[in-house]
Amino acid sequence: MTDLHAFREETRAWLEENCPQSMRTPFTAEDEQCWGGRNFKFKSDDQRLWLERMAEKGWTAPDWPQEYGGGGLSNAECKVLREELARIKARPALSSFGVWMIGPAILKFGSEELKRQHLPPIVRGEIRWCQGYSEPGAGSDLAGLQTKAVDEGDHFIVNGQKIWTSYADKADWMFCLVRTNPEAKKQLGITLVLFDMATPGVSTRPIKLISGNSPFCESFLDNVRVEKNQVVGEINAGWTIAKYLLTHEREMIGGMGKTAAGQKTLPQVAVDAIGLDNGKLADGYLRSEVTRWELDARAFELTSERVLDEAKAGQGVGAASAMLKYYGTEVNKRRQELLVALRGSDALVWEGEAWKEGALPRTWLRSKGNSIEGGTSEIQLNVIARNILGLQ
Amino acid sequence: MAALVLNEEQQMLKDAAKGFLSESAPISQLRQLRDNRDEAGFSRELWQSMVEMGFVGTLMLEEFGGSAFGNVGMGQVFEQAGRNLSVAPLLSTAVIGVCALQLAGSTEQKQALLPAIAEGKLLTALAVDETPRHNPARVTTTAAPQGAGFVLNGHKSFVIDGHVADKLIVSARTAGDKNDRAGISLFLVDRQAAGVSVERTFMVDSRNAAIVRFDNVQVDASALLGEQGQGFEVLDKVLDVANAQLAAELLGIASQAFEVTVKYLQERKQFGVVLGSFQGLQHRCAHLFSELELVKSVVLKALAALDEGAEEASQLVSLAKAKSSEVAELATNEAVQMHGGMGMTDEFDVGLFMKRARAAQLLFGDYRYHADRFASLRGY
Ligand SMILES: Cc1cc2nc3c(=O)[nH]c(=O)nc-3n(C[C@H](O)[C@H](O)[C@H](O)COP(=O)(O)OP(=O)(O)OC[C@H]3O[C@@H](n4cnc5c(N)ncnc54)[C@H](O)[C@@H]3O)c2cc1C
Ligand SMILES: Cc1cc2nc3c(=O)[nH]c(=O)nc-3n(C[C@H](O)[C@H](O)[C@H](O)COP(=O)(O)OP(=O)(O)OC[C@H]3O[C@@H](n4cnc5c(N)ncnc54)[C@H](O)[C@@H]3O)c2cc1C
Repeated sequence: MTDLHAFREETRAWLEENCPQSMRTPFTAEDEQCWGGRNFKFKSDDQRLWLERMAEKGWTAPDWPQEYGGGGLSNAECKVLREELARIKARPALSSFGVWMIGPAILKFGSEELKRQHLPPIVRGEIRWCQGYSEPGAGSDLAGLQTKAVDEGDHFIVNGQKIWTSYADKADWMFCLVRTNPEAKKQLGITLVLFDMATPGVSTRPIKLISGNSPFCESFLDNVRVEKNQVVGEINAGWTIAKYLLTHEREMIGGMGKTAAGQKTLPQVAVDAIGLDNGKLADGYLRSEVTRWELDARAFELTSERVLDEAKAGQGVGAASAMLKYYGTEVNKRRQELLVALRGSDALVWEGEAWKEGALPRTWLRSKGNSIEGGTSEIQLNVIARNILGLQ
Repeated sequence: MAALVLNEEQQMLKDAAKGFLSESAPISQLRQLRDNRDEAGFSRELWQSMVEMGFVGTLMLEEFGGSAFGNVGMGQVFEQAGRNLSVAPLLSTAVIGVCALQLAGSTEQKQALLPAIAEGKLLTALAVDETPRHNPARVTTTAAPQGAGFVLNGHKSFVIDGHVADKLIVSARTAGDKNDRAGISLFLVDRQAAGVSVERTFMVDSRNAAIVRFDNVQVDASALLGEQGQGFEVLDKVLDVANAQLAAELLGIASQAFEVTVKYLQERKQFGVVLGSFQGLQHRCAHLFSELELVKSVVLKALAALDEGAEEASQLVSLAKAKSSEVAELATNEAVQMHGGMGMTDEFDVGLFMKRARAAQLLFGDYRYHADRFASLRGY
């Protein structure tokens, strides 16, 4: 306990000294996130400095072992770090599919060689990853994927097409599900492989979204050579790893239901937008809607906290990640809808000077993807019904 | 703030409550009390066993004969009581009576009444509401000074265990207008006192509630509980504790109704397959499961916040009562619907869960009341 107290003091002092002032304000636009990678253009020197300092301590992946560049912190220390970062409203130093998804999978299933090769560059934000799961014919039914990998002794030759690959055009490496045994039952012939996006035969084409941005792509794989030492886990045993990785993705996406540190709360936005009348929001109908949302959002935050506390106490909740993903994304979508309602016509300004925070309509539109990406809400409900409730 | 998991002692209390209540206070007992139109509406024998189990003294300080286990502990008992629809004056006496006396009672009042409660010899009831919807600040019952004491006039409804309580805790106005928070005082009134008339009402959930009328009821100054005119603050705190326990009970009711339903869906066959194989039902169950996970978190948080005296405890209690009310309503409605014709029968338990849920929801404020209170406490 006193150790933890000392750790908090040290952390607080270190952050005070090392977190640049400009990194202690909430994002105002999606493109202010730091993704790292070979081609990343830093928005400011502070952004670069903040990443370098955090990576130096391994705090971009605080719970990973130090031998792979991580912070080597215990769960309790991680919580302290999160709290101290939130206290000063610090921006994440690094947003990274490497840290959130493929890193944990390599840590759990990868060979020693893979760990040494890939984990430290992820921690330092040097390599940016993308996720090659979905295909035109395999979305919710992911195990139906067709991208083919033919065994050529020490390597595979991969052919196929991926779709909805977030940031494929900006990524340096892809973690990719391929079919290595077309004869086996569909879950059994799948392998998780890693390759450099610069490998000959890899090409991408951006897809424009309803939000006006193009964060994701079609990815074409045409006779791509993948070395066998880039297989995570066993050949043909990729499905288990894919699912493990998906639970990390779900937790990350579900977390979006929480109000980020420093962001205005919904009631604050409401009060600013429509004012108070006798201490109550001047629009009674909106007041009940905001309240209904806040009750659910707060209850959801407390549930994420409880699930973490239970995990720490060794009382794992089976498929909690599906529940958190489902509820968190639905809560976040409701928040975005209410923001639009509260700000009225201001919320619709797409371009121009009238609304400087013009990101609102784009953020609202982007949120619609939350209940689709990483497995749709319907699929999460299927998982809960089958795996937790035993309904089938 | 402590982690949102039970500690060893609390877990033990939960296990004890689970075993004891399913054995000694199951749903069949509620049916029996109902069908016999039992005079007390609960079993005195059961109450003595609850004393021995330590349930009655869970919130009481050790000096008066309690164990001071706190709200998280008591919440485990209430959750299990909800699962079994157990009938006992736990809320009216072990929660409200104990809290009100410990918060506002004089030394004499505490010494006279708390040990008697701890031994199971004294029951209390809170007479607060005068209108069908909960509104503790709306008080028209008057307490006018007379000599060294007061004289009470007015009426109260939905007084849980009012017809069996030895002492009534009554809110009455000593100053101010109908809806003022200031000017409300609390009194300890003997149910048997001259001028008090108690009409027992049988509620939809077959539990005890009463309408109590005060017709020139004379009480001494020593009947005043706490400061004159400052009763609302006490009431507010007592109601927080009561609502947190009701939220725990609602969690138990909703969880049990849900689990019984899921089991039914796994067994009942139509169209040649089990009902549980239909996605239309699966998704509703999965949604309900998620809502119940939220209720577990907010109930535990509210109980813990009360024990820790957290600043935002009232907010968290309103969150817990609102959310548990909302989800219990959904869970019990779905339970009846998904049982089809069976759900509509008296023989099947799910209807009883629905009835009890509504009573617990409406008692001391439902979703709407607590959502409004939550918003006000949050400053909007
Ligand atoms: C913003 C965004 C980012 C993404 N990023 C990536 C990425 O980086 N990498 C990647 O590989 N993929 C990514 N995806 C793809 C995502 O994982 C898929 O879109 C998702 O799995 C759904 O598949 P689908 O689009 O083919 O929809 P479909 O599977 O065609 O589903 C269409 C509708 O039918 C419903 N449905 C399908 N099956 C069932 C069923 N059994 N029961 C009930 N309803 C069902 C779905 O819920 C949905 O509402 C991203 C998607 C979005 C929106
Ligand atoms: C008040 C009342 C009066 C009645 N009067 C009469 C009468 O006069 N004469 C008479 O013959 N009958 C009568 N009935 C019976 C009534 O028609 C049946 O109760 C009804 O058809 C439902 O059948 P069940 O009760 O067997 O429910 P089940 O078929 O067991 O259904 C249980 C639940 O599963 C759901 N479910 C079932 N199949 C599916 C599916 N494929 N997909 C999704 N969900 C499904 C149902 O919607 C329901 O929620 C009456 C019922 C009631 C409640």
